[in-house]
Amino acid sequence: MNYFLDLFFSGLTRGSIYALIALGYTMVYGIIGLINFAHGEIYMIGAFTALIIASLLTVLGMNGMAILVISGLAAMVYAAAYGYTIEKIAYKPLRNSPRLAPLISAIGMSIFLQNYVMLAQTSDFLPFPDLIPNFAFMEPYSDFIGSSDLVILLTTAVAMLLLTIMIKYTRMGRAMRATAQDMQMAMLVGIDVNRVISFTFIIGSVLAAIGGLLIASHVGQINFYIGFIAGIKAFTAAVLGGIGSIPGAVLGGFILGLTESFATGYVSSDYEDVFAFGLLVLILIFRPSGILGRSENQKV
Amino acid sequence: MTAILKVTGLSMNFGGLRALDDVDLRVEPREIVALIGPNGAGKTTFFNCLTGIYPPVSGTIFMRASSGKQSRLNGLPPNKITAKGMARTFQNIRLFPEMTVLENVMIGCHCRTSAGILGAVFRPRAVRAEEQRIVDSSYKILTRLGLTDVVNDLARNLPYGAQRRLEIARALATEPALLLLDEPAAGMNPRETAELNQLIGKIRDIYEVAILLIEHDMKLVMSLSDRIYVMEYGRRIAVGTPVEVKKNPAVIKAYLGE
Repeated sequence: MNYFLDLFFSGLTRGSIYALIALGYTMVYGIIGLINFAHGEIYMIGAFTALIIASLLTVLGMNGMAILVISGLAAMVYAAAYGYTIEKIAYKPLRNSPRLAPLISAIGMSIFLQNYVMLAQTSDFLPFPDLIPNFAFMEPYSDFIGSSDLVILLTTAVAMLLLTIMIKYTRMGRAMRATAQDMQMAMLVGIDVNRVISFTFIIGSVLAAIGGLLIASHVGQINFYIGFIAGIKAFTAAVLGGIGSIPGAVLGGFILGLTESFATGYVSSDYEDVFAFGLLVLILIFRPSGILGRSENQKV
Repeated sequence: MTAILKVTGLSMNFGGLRALDDVDLRVEPREIVALIGPNGAGKTTFFNCLTGIYPPVSGTIFMRASSGKQSRLNGLPPNKITAKGMARTFQNIRLFPEMTVLENVMIGCHCRTSAGILGAVFRPRAVRAEEQRIVDSSYKILTRLGLTDVVNDLARNLPYGAQRRLEIARALATEPALLLLDEPAAGMNPRETAELNQLIGKIRDIYEVAILLIEHDMKLVMSLSDRIYVMEYGRRIAVGTPVEVKKNPAVIKAYLGE
């Protein structure tokens, strides 16, 4: 039973990271119909920023939780700046081009950022400090859930709750939904669509940076390539849940995380990806628009 | 000059086709002006040029705000033009289908209110008060257009006539000085058209807007309009009061042939 729970919680932890990244894919797709392949790189840059700031603060002698919060905020701000800038230079000039053009631009941006980080930092794996402290009250449950799992799950839950409230009840949220449903009409009722798009990229990047920081601290090492793998998985999660749908991205993330975890635990870690992508193939055969996707543009 | 909208020499091409050819038009404050003509005459293209969807090839569009300030609309993006006081509806209804009736109208209020994203974090009370004002004024518009029973329904679930009225409500929420209606009576039965006739007059009086409408229902056009512009093949072929236009030989020829 403990083994099952262990797999279950590590699946949830993994799934919540996928979900955090998948939200960025799905929101951008919902608004401008673009698969932002550079999104995984934002996550990677978030993790690197957190590492740099955390190392600095460790030298200054701060304690664990403060480092986690400050380096997390720095990662969010830095990643948001990257997300905003990428949209402005790589996608906005191509807004009215055929759909393939921004897609190629996104792939180019992804390769560029990977190589930039590789050259500016290193191609080796770097150790990432364990920023999340071990809580004493978690001791009795340590067989199947660790303190960092708990922090990741709670942070993800709070982030998703805030996102939901923002989209449902604030004016920016309304503007985002309107833009997703009919961009031209949104302009005609006076919405500054460029601002809405920039904002969407910023929110997606902030969520990815949170994911980057948490998983890096959980796993304990990062390199320039982590964004590519995580990006592909999160993209899979978004498609699984129905790309363009926000609850779909979350659901897809958790399903993917749990599938991988159980496949690793009960079959073999060699087959983790086989199960994950096999599941994707199955779902796309029976529900081509994903689990929660509508057949035609149900977005954001 | 007192005209609220003054269009001079407006032209638009699609490839080799001259969709609009040197069109002049003006609308006075609180006037109801109709734009009529056979299908393909360029009426909707004219609306699209006014609202910034298409950039016109040549010509000027001037609008006078209620403050008396004149501004040139050519080259502005649609959201800026809406902010200057122009709002429109579409021939094929374009609501935000997955949003509620109330939200559709609230969206229209955005361009008259100011709260930014940071405001929501740093001045929550002021933002909440503004949000309440938006809800209040949206309700007021919905009441006047008889949509209070369905405020929380999704727009796509409304019956056709109500969707048409909701589109007008959303346009009014942007507080326009000039309201463009593209075939508001399309698909309506005679009773609904008669109601629409009253509604448009009422809107002009309550909101003190000028209205420019494209319409094929001649009964509606003749009873509502102060003046009528007639277009054919992208050109303006006649302008005048309903009585004048009805007797104009060029108009009769365009509608009935030789």
